[in-house]
Amino acid sequence: MSTHPTTPSQTVGPYLHIGLPWPDGPYAVAEGTPDAVWIRGTVYDGAGAVVTDALVETWQADPEGRFDHPDDPRGARPRPGFRGFGRCPTDAAGEYGILTLKPGSVPGPGGDQAPHIDVSVFGRGMLNRVVTRVYFPEEEAANAADPVLNSITDPDVRATLVARPAPDGYRFDVRLQGDGETAFFDI
Amino acid sequence: MPTTPDGTPPGLIVPGYIRDHDTHPPLDHPGYKSTALRHPKRPLTLLPHTLTEITSPVLGQDRLGALDHDLTRQHEEEPQGQRIILHGQVRDSDGTPVPHTLVEIWQANAAGRYRHTADNWPAPLDPHFTGVGRVLTDADGRYRFVTIRPGAYPWKNHRNAWRPAHIHFSLFGRAFTQRLVTQMYFPDDPLFFQDPMWNSVPDPKARERMLARFDYDTTEPEWALAYRWDIVLRGREQTPFESDEEIMEDDE
Repeated sequence: MSTHPTTPSQTVGPYLHIGLPWPDGPYAVAEGTPDAVWIRGTVYDGAGAVVTDALVETWQADPEGRFDHPDDPRGARPRPGFRGFGRCPTDAAGEYGILTLKPGSVPGPGGDQAPHIDVSVFGRGMLNRVVTRVYFPEEEAANAADPVLNSITDPDVRATLVARPAPDGYRFDVRLQGDGETAFFDI
Repeated sequence: MPTTPDGTPPGLIVPGYIRDHDTHPPLDHPGYKSTALRHPKRPLTLLPHTLTEITSPVLGQDRLGALDHDLTRQHEEEPQGQRIILHGQVRDSDGTPVPHTLVEIWQANAAGRYRHTADNWPAPLDPHFTGVGRVLTDADGRYRFVTIRPGAYPWKNHRNAWRPAHIHFSLFGRAFTQRLVTQMYFPDDPLFFQDPMWNSVPDPKARERMLARFDYDTTEPEWALAYRWDIVLRGREQTPFESDEEIMEDDE
């Protein structure tokens, strides 16, 4: 039972860059790790301008669909060299990049979920973070069966959650508002 | 083992975290101008809490430097301003302490200026203050920083706009759903009435949960004032599918 009212969220403001980024933040795995992929993208606002003062955080399963966390009922399973978490501020071009391993599918109520990465976006002008997911373009069959993707009925909106292939991994742009607005989740 | 109605092994049914829409500010808040082009216009899609949402990075001491908890000792000399001890407990809404979770803070200096290239309001920069701190909560969910009280500063949101003094807080909790970035404010600040961020939180009682309280018992004589600020993250919901009946059948 909930007895203690929660603390409200507030924006990170314009000066998050002094406090939040880590030197190794973008590297969920070290450079040179076999099978590592870059997930890069640009964050856009409702006028189509790039957002240069945002921060993108990612959280995901390992390639076997496991989490190194005590609440994974299958047991925490560390994977040395893999943090599962990425954190990258956007740069002067509004771009972020996370070097990681592609996650495996994750079991859950309603069936297996297709490989996915949870994403938080923080920024000036956002009183609370927004949350979205990255899915993978080559996982057509798994994506078609994914209960979270299927909870979005409009195919154009659903498509905003699927990354595009890139030479060194994937591109996943985030549009906070307007044409092609990314699908965001209430968590 | 019994299976759940949809055939999922019960071991994979996970608790959710309680949603709390009444506490948080709306993403669209016209008084805070920067929200205009940065809030989604389509309604958010409900995301069920699955393994990805109930887990999060387990961060440890390797994220911390030796003086990250004491923002007054990160340079050769002490920063200008009034020393404060800032401490509190992180709990979830069920009242359970959140142990060993990373708490990160960043703030302006005593003159209200951030050590940031984009902050160009003409208040002095303090060469002895970075304004960044990190700690892990202890086994009881408690944290403690030593820092200086930040100043208020003007910004251009509206005519004669000033931010009340505040410290930015970032917390991970133990689940992706518990992640929280917020701001801590000081009691008796005269600037709340005109601040759109403070006022973006619709419920006045919820606004008060962003207020630290002056903590005389923790002050250190001839050295530092003290404030206590407790933080409450989202709590857990009951496990949905496993009824007592099913568990008893399993035992037989």
